[in-house]
Amino acid sequence: MSIRQTFIAAAASLIAFATVSASVLPASAQTLRYANQGDLKSLDPYTLRETTTIAHHGQVYEGLVGRGKDLQIIPALAESWETPEPTRWRFHLRKGVKFHNGDPFTADDVVFSADRVRAKGSDFTTVIPADAKVLKIDDYTVDFVLTKPNPILTSQWDVWYIMDKKWAEANNANAPTPAAATSPSFASLNANGTGPFTIESHQPGVKTVFKVNPNWWGKPEHNLKEIIFTPIASDATRVAALLSGEVDIIEPVPVQDIARVNGSANAAVMAGPELRTIFLGMDQIRDELLFSNIKGKNPFKDIRVREAFYKAIDIELIKSRVMRGLSTPSALMIAPPLFKLSGDFTRPKYDADGAKKLLADAGYPDGFEVGMDCPNDRYVNDAAICQAVVGMLARIGVKVILNAQPKALYFAKVFKTGGFNTSFYLLGWTPGTQDSHNVMHDIMGCRDDPASPRGATNLGGYCNKQFDALTDQVLQETDTAKRDQLIKQAYEIAAKDWAYIPLHQQALAWGVSKKVKIVQRPDNQVLPYWAVKSE
Amino acid sequence: MLAFILRRALQSIGVMIAVGIIAFTMFRFAGDPVNQMVAIDTTPAQRAEVRASLGLDDPVPVQFARYFINAVQFKFGVSYQFRQPVSALLKERMPATLELATCATVIAMVFGILMGIYSALRKDSFFAKVLQAVSLIGISLPTFLIGILLIYLFAVTLGWLPSFGRGDVVKFGWWTTGLLTISGLKALIMPSVTLGLFQMTLIMRLVRAEMLEVLRTDYIRFARARGLTTRAIHFGHALKNTLVPVITVAGLQFGSVIAFAIITETVFQWPGMGLLFVQAVQNVDIPIMAAYLLVVSLIFVTINLIVDILYTVVDPRLRATINRPA
Repeated sequence: MSIRQTFIAAAASLIAFATVSASVLPASAQTLRYANQGDLKSLDPYTLRETTTIAHHGQVYEGLVGRGKDLQIIPALAESWETPEPTRWRFHLRKGVKFHNGDPFTADDVVFSADRVRAKGSDFTTVIPADAKVLKIDDYTVDFVLTKPNPILTSQWDVWYIMDKKWAEANNANAPTPAAATSPSFASLNANGTGPFTIESHQPGVKTVFKVNPNWWGKPEHNLKEIIFTPIASDATRVAALLSGEVDIIEPVPVQDIARVNGSANAAVMAGPELRTIFLGMDQIRDELLFSNIKGKNPFKDIRVREAFYKAIDIELIKSRVMRGLSTPSALMIAPPLFKLSGDFTRPKYDADGAKKLLADAGYPDGFEVGMDCPNDRYVNDAAICQAVVGMLARIGVKVILNAQPKALYFAKVFKTGGFNTSFYLLGWTPGTQDSHNVMHDIMGCRDDPASPRGATNLGGYCNKQFDALTDQVLQETDTAKRDQLIKQAYEIAAKDWAYIPLHQQALAWGVSKKVKIVQRPDNQVLPYWAVKSE
Repeated sequence: MLAFILRRALQSIGVMIAVGIIAFTMFRFAGDPVNQMVAIDTTPAQRAEVRASLGLDDPVPVQFARYFINAVQFKFGVSYQFRQPVSALLKERMPATLELATCATVIAMVFGILMGIYSALRKDSFFAKVLQAVSLIGISLPTFLIGILLIYLFAVTLGWLPSFGRGDVVKFGWWTTGLLTISGLKALIMPSVTLGLFQMTLIMRLVRAEMLEVLRTDYIRFARARGLTTRAIHFGHALKNTLVPVITVAGLQFGSVIAFAIITETVFQWPGMGLLFVQAVQNVDIPIMAAYLLVVSLIFVTINLIVDILYTVVDPRLRATINRPA
């Protein structure tokens, strides 16, 4: 055999081998394969408040209340509740519910979970006020006694998952696994909830297998026996896995791949507006900007400059070019599904000439220079949005020096821990409570009292005492219609002050196999317990 | 000889310490790990608490000393992301990486040598010229592009091979292997070809050049004059002498195959150490980053040390210079 023949034979046998093994395994019925860009980092439900992690925990754990397909609050482990007085909430627990290991679910577990979630090391301490008392009335009744009325007490309880007291105590998991754990924790590798699925195996960063819980108290709306979750960080690989049929659901689909997924025979993109609002903020508190050529004064203190910046942004252009149509321009700092009266607000029109005139009136006919901070790996096309903003502001004579960097560096610079070290920035925010108060308090509240948590993420330091007074009223007003009016008043003040430049809600994009039907909620939790997969 | 080995070992330790210092300094610029560990609305007071409990507020030399003392005892701390000991995570991921690197090297050696021999002996044939051209592509195309092209061809278009992951694995104690299952073998093909392609073209070009060189030497001419068969000349004499530098290069390249598996592992979501490292960088998981860099430099240093020692065993001339003090 000559060398050429040897080589050809080798090549031929390789091809033959590839052909023999060329059979795609048929996706077995009722096994849902799901891939996400992010990972399930800890099984301890109190360690990390982050959408992907919370959604996974939601398969296994349940709260006293849940959220339905339209985000409405629905009974879960609590069958019903009432408020006999404004500061006392009474919850009637579901009977006959068992944890995965067979332990019965009782009021003791609720009291235990309420302590654990507020303990040091928990990332969910805000779900229950620190000074609230949790009292066991009997095995299936629990009272929450508050020091002041709180109309949105249960608003975050869909992600406050109830843990098994007996199990936690037996496994030395009484305390939440802190983010800065120095020793491995049992609860971060094992789970014991009451939810529709149990965890069969969990290999962090590699694969997690969920099995259906045959003893679940509810009536399943899915037809799955198993969920296999794999984190796939590389965009191209994740899309390839969907197109080749190896996974049934991917999240997210990168913007540039949406057309291709929709053009394929076996998958399509589910898109919808997300709850997160992307916005621009301006440092309007310092007497001199940190990053600017204007010395001795701060241009953003002049309301006309802020208005000019707002009007210089052509949001429709950002939508059509940068976001390829996948964004919903916003007039508010909160997503429309979370505020009933959001329809009353419209976004001021793009007006570059008007903006230029405003700048001239403010004493900057030739514009000025300002540094902008922007993450480049946090939100959909974040750095590209910032580049577009740079170009748009250049039209009115403002020279923006863009500093786009990875989120790890960006957040360290601009957050409170970094000393609000920014003059002009892009940020995204989803209120954890799904309620306006969180936005008004954390993002738009004065930060003049360093001891108060108010304004903790108000990187630009916008401050209006009238606004803050409304925020406090909103926290305690229990009449929904009145409360909405108060919120509306506050947002009107902020709009008049040109406090922030809301940009848009980015679209969430899931790639879903045509065999699978699933419910998409705007909070971007991928919840397979609403997935139906056909053969 | 013993003195030589000791000297080399000491130098290796110096290299390790240098890597440790450089790695530790670089992490100062990777960002604040605390931001990756808590929710966006976690209060600054809680963030400060987390920082303090990680010891991030201590002066840098103190942090380094603490780190160094632990690292010497193979204690790499607890991963910020997974809340698991780093040594356990690395141990769990190491089989995947070593298996991938070994397969890639074997593929590179077998096909590289075969193709090299062919293109040296038939250097004017059409096929040899095609191989030369293709090898240029193999050397110049970046790994991630090759990986994605393979995925689109073999996983998406043809549907022959899985696009990600390791398939089913079999456990032997703490070691896991994908070599014993069909799905594991199928999953191994594309990543190892991707990873091995660069080495393969390198070896092919090296074998070709060396072989052409050797074929011009006198002893080959004498062999021809003696009337030996072509086969005996090519494979008995020429190839043997060609392979010495090839084995050296392949040995040294094994270290870089392990190190550069990072990209291949990311593209194929291969659950090895490289993927763990990339995830760690994105999340500023300093304990994993530091441990990975130390492990990889340990592998490099060990391979170099072995190669150095082997040289002296293989080549008597080197031994002579070593034993004669400078």
